[in-house]
Amino acid sequence: MDKNIDYEKLGLMMGLEIHQQLNTTKKLFCPCECELTDKKPDYRVLRYLRPTQSELGKIDRAAFEESRRELTFLYDAYPYHTCLVETDDEPPHPLNQEALEIGLIIATLLDMKVVDEFHTMRKQVIDGSNTGGFQRTGLLAIQGHMETPHGKVTIENLCLEEDAARRMGQRKGKVEFRLDRLGIPLLEITTDPSMKRPEQVKEVAYQIGQVLRSTRVKRGLGTIRQDLNISIREGARVEVKGVQDLDSMEQLVKNEVSRQLKLLEIKDELYIRNAGVEDHIYDLGEDLKNTESKIIVKAIKNGGKVLAIKLKGYRGLIGKEVQPGRRFGTELAGYAKKMGVAGIFHTDELPAYGITSREVDTINQSLGIEADDAFIMVADEKDKAINALEEVQRRAKIATEGVPEETRKALDDANTEYLRPLPTASRMYVETDIPTQVVSKELLEHVQANLPELPRVKETRIINEYNLSEDLAHQLVRQDRAEQFEKIVAECGVEPTTVASLLAYTLKELRREGLDVENLPDMYLLGTFQLLKQGKISKDAVTNVLVGVLKEKWAPEEAALNLNLLMLSDEDVHNIITKLVSSHEGMITQRNMGAMGPLMGMAMKELKGKADGKLVNKLLKEEIQKYLK
Amino acid sequence: MSYRGIAKQFLESQNISIGDMISLKKDNVEYQGMLLDRAEDADQLHIVLKMDSGYNVGIAIEGAEVELLEKGEKPEINLPPLVIQQDPKKKNVSIVSTGGTVASIIDYKTGAVHPAFTADDLLRATPELLDEANISGKAIMNILSENMKPEFWMQAARAVADEISQGADGVVVAHGTDTMHYSAAALSFILETPVPIVFTGAQRSSDRPSSDAFLNLMSSVAMAKSDIAEVTVCMHSTENDNQAHIHRGTRVRKMHTSRRDTFNSINSPPLAQVNEGKVKIIDKNFTYHKRGECQLEVNDSLEEKVGFIKSYPGIAAELLEYHIDKGYNGIVIEGTGLGHCPDHLIPSLQRATDEDLPVIMTSQCLYGRTNLNVYSTGRKLLTAGVIQVGDMLPEVAYVKLVWVLGQTSHREEIKKAMQTNLKGEMDVKSSSKYFLRDYGE
Repeated sequence: MDKNIDYEKLGLMMGLEIHQQLNTTKKLFCPCECELTDKKPDYRVLRYLRPTQSELGKIDRAAFEESRRELTFLYDAYPYHTCLVETDDEPPHPLNQEALEIGLIIATLLDMKVVDEFHTMRKQVIDGSNTGGFQRTGLLAIQGHMETPHGKVTIENLCLEEDAARRMGQRKGKVEFRLDRLGIPLLEITTDPSMKRPEQVKEVAYQIGQVLRSTRVKRGLGTIRQDLNISIREGARVEVKGVQDLDSMEQLVKNEVSRQLKLLEIKDELYIRNAGVEDHIYDLGEDLKNTESKIIVKAIKNGGKVLAIKLKGYRGLIGKEVQPGRRFGTELAGYAKKMGVAGIFHTDELPAYGITSREVDTINQSLGIEADDAFIMVADEKDKAINALEEVQRRAKIATEGVPEETRKALDDANTEYLRPLPTASRMYVETDIPTQVVSKELLEHVQANLPELPRVKETRIINEYNLSEDLAHQLVRQDRAEQFEKIVAECGVEPTTVASLLAYTLKELRREGLDVENLPDMYLLGTFQLLKQGKISKDAVTNVLVGVLKEKWAPEEAALNLNLLMLSDEDVHNIITKLVSSHEGMITQRNMGAMGPLMGMAMKELKGKADGKLVNKLLKEEIQKYLK
Repeated sequence: MSYRGIAKQFLESQNISIGDMISLKKDNVEYQGMLLDRAEDADQLHIVLKMDSGYNVGIAIEGAEVELLEKGEKPEINLPPLVIQQDPKKKNVSIVSTGGTVASIIDYKTGAVHPAFTADDLLRATPELLDEANISGKAIMNILSENMKPEFWMQAARAVADEISQGADGVVVAHGTDTMHYSAAALSFILETPVPIVFTGAQRSSDRPSSDAFLNLMSSVAMAKSDIAEVTVCMHSTENDNQAHIHRGTRVRKMHTSRRDTFNSINSPPLAQVNEGKVKIIDKNFTYHKRGECQLEVNDSLEEKVGFIKSYPGIAAELLEYHIDKGYNGIVIEGTGLGHCPDHLIPSLQRATDEDLPVIMTSQCLYGRTNLNVYSTGRKLLTAGVIQVGDMLPEVAYVKLVWVLGQTSHREEIKKAMQTNLKGEMDVKSSSKYFLRDYGE
């Protein structure tokens, strides 16, 4: 299907939002270290968060209740790893100047305009991920640009902000967070929504990543997070959170476009069927009182209810696939689950889960289900079940209008699932505890005079300096191995292309074969190349020595020895060849110099990696000639 | 507006005022946004814009070209008054606010935080209060608690008394936390109350979703409905949002600059704890005044000219002399240890006594009681006429002296009053339980 889609015609628009942790010694607003911990928390703090009244200020109690959802937040805290700032029991300390400086470096590298005076804001977030109920963030620079193979992309905003607490789990309305991550400095980089082709986002994310990695940012899993804004003209804007893997971005965009297209098909079909959603919620307790469905029996036993709603004209559509392996029903279930239920049952999948077809008939009868109608059922505590079904009703109604604007979560299989409605205009106000800060000319000049080398500059330089091919230089920079390359060449003086191609190509192949290339110590790489330089191993043996180092944890020389890859002395080689020639006298007599080919083959079979081919060739020729004389 | 100097001229010359949408161009970059006011103590070189994204930025006006895009209306919050039905089954609780914001409303358009002072504002921000009681509210003053002074205690006491005589079943006093314990002590002495009077506040401002104000306010209203007819302080008992403590107004002290559980009872357990709206007495043997036991009475004459001096190793006698020379009518000393000060102060203390200035000795240890009989310095202090007040907190002793001097100028009566337990401010017995956080719960 992908191939037939004309994304431009669909009006596909994408924007990127990248969050990168900075590698500062302290957090953004307190002196704690920016390290995560897996130690058992020393104490826990229990908190609630209430949305602050806005200017509209009406007593909308229903909205109030809903927004609260009665969640209790438990924060893992430590006497040393975290401090009172993270527990919101002490005002923030002044802005971390190291983080500000890194932000200015990135802003400069991205050609952005830095603001004259930095204001720290509070952005209201009441899901518990920030103990204060808001994230501290400030706009540092605007209007940058980036050239990409698909055209120019505008970098709209660069914000310096604090990372959120780590969500550790949720149990019965209690959400657990760990405070170690809260307050680690983050840069948020936002592009305009000008990307139009699925493959483009990866390239832009990659290029921004390269700029980030040229300075003091954290490396490794979870230190960079990408969010994607995706929309098509007839669909809606969807923000996909937490795209971990650049390689999956393209597929993720395609899957999201496909989801929106399918939802539009569903909308059209619902229109034709004149479909609608009844507001009533039915109690199926009577209909299912003798059921053997374990899920339902258990729910009722725990004092819960079996409730259902009726969707007129939805039959068959709930089971319709909208993303690979995910149905429209999954979308509905996503809304229900947000209210704390484990899932929903729907017409298109029943009978199943121990619910018999007779029971389905009974339900159909008591709900007055007709040919095209569907029902959705939830078995749980009454309040939860009602909330969940009301959410399903709300989502089902939206289906008649099209695609809802949503925040969705990226899944590992390049699909997405519902997270929450798209935030409306950011609810921001000033963080009065942090003084505003003028970004002085002196500081900016200092930053501009000490910029790290940008990837593309580095590429050009190493091409010229080491006479590398463009691709090799590009790969080294892209794989973040240029620095390592320069170090090895400088320290052991091996021919640069040999080093470069091993780092850029061979290591990549070894990683594909499942070897732990990422954790190979520089020392061992260097040691391997030193063996080559000293003539102890041949060029051909380098890869095998490294395999030994990686697989068996041998030191390079040990690996060469154990794998029998140490070069033979010229004398040993000579002896082997003399022996070879004398044992094939017949062949030489018969073919004269024509025996050179087969004998060379045999010699190399025995000597590969242990002797230089040129030498073998030379000695063999001499020996044959000697014999023929 | 708070813009000054060049910034003010710059804006006025273009006829731009707060709330206008403007465009600022300089160095090939254009900023568009709403002009916001600037802090009064900020420099004159920048103006503040709120961008569409919600972010505020400061832009240097030097070399900038400004253009008015759209005249804005000065944002104002005009909320319709609330119509609240009184429920005869519920108790009537008055909330008297002295300043400090236990509730706020945020104008996200400009990012301005409006403290909620009126009862309506308070109820808009905390509608759950209506489940607990018929709430009426009054903002009697709006001052930061560090700016409190005895004159304001008097005003507050009268306002609270008015609420009680108008039928309040309990009064909650919203107060800044810095000097809440002084005010609570003051009202303890000034008022004889037949109903609970509960001081409360917030350590984290109420414009934050994490503010402690909500639990404190809800717990205070629960307390105001209880039968403990005393002046108390109700604040978080731990860092958690699930329990508050009720401290006697004459036994409580702010002990941490920023934590939610900053208020501790000292030399006494807290009176009660409040869990999910339920008030529970902590120590069953503890006696307290019950609802309706006494008639409302206001004794609010105070003597403001009382000195409060901390003794320290380098202290000079001239500090005391200054107070005597300047006509102070009483001095409270926060002495060291059991209630000492350097013996070179004794002649000045003797002079104070000779001139009929009561000198009260307390201890900066806070925990424990004074005893001037143990060391020779103490005995000399007693000879010089110093009055020791046992386990009374220094701040409470100060407030009490302000009040006692308003009631009598008779030397022996002052001494007697200061050494008599009037409102639970002192006790003859010390318990091992009452040290730091060990309340034995």
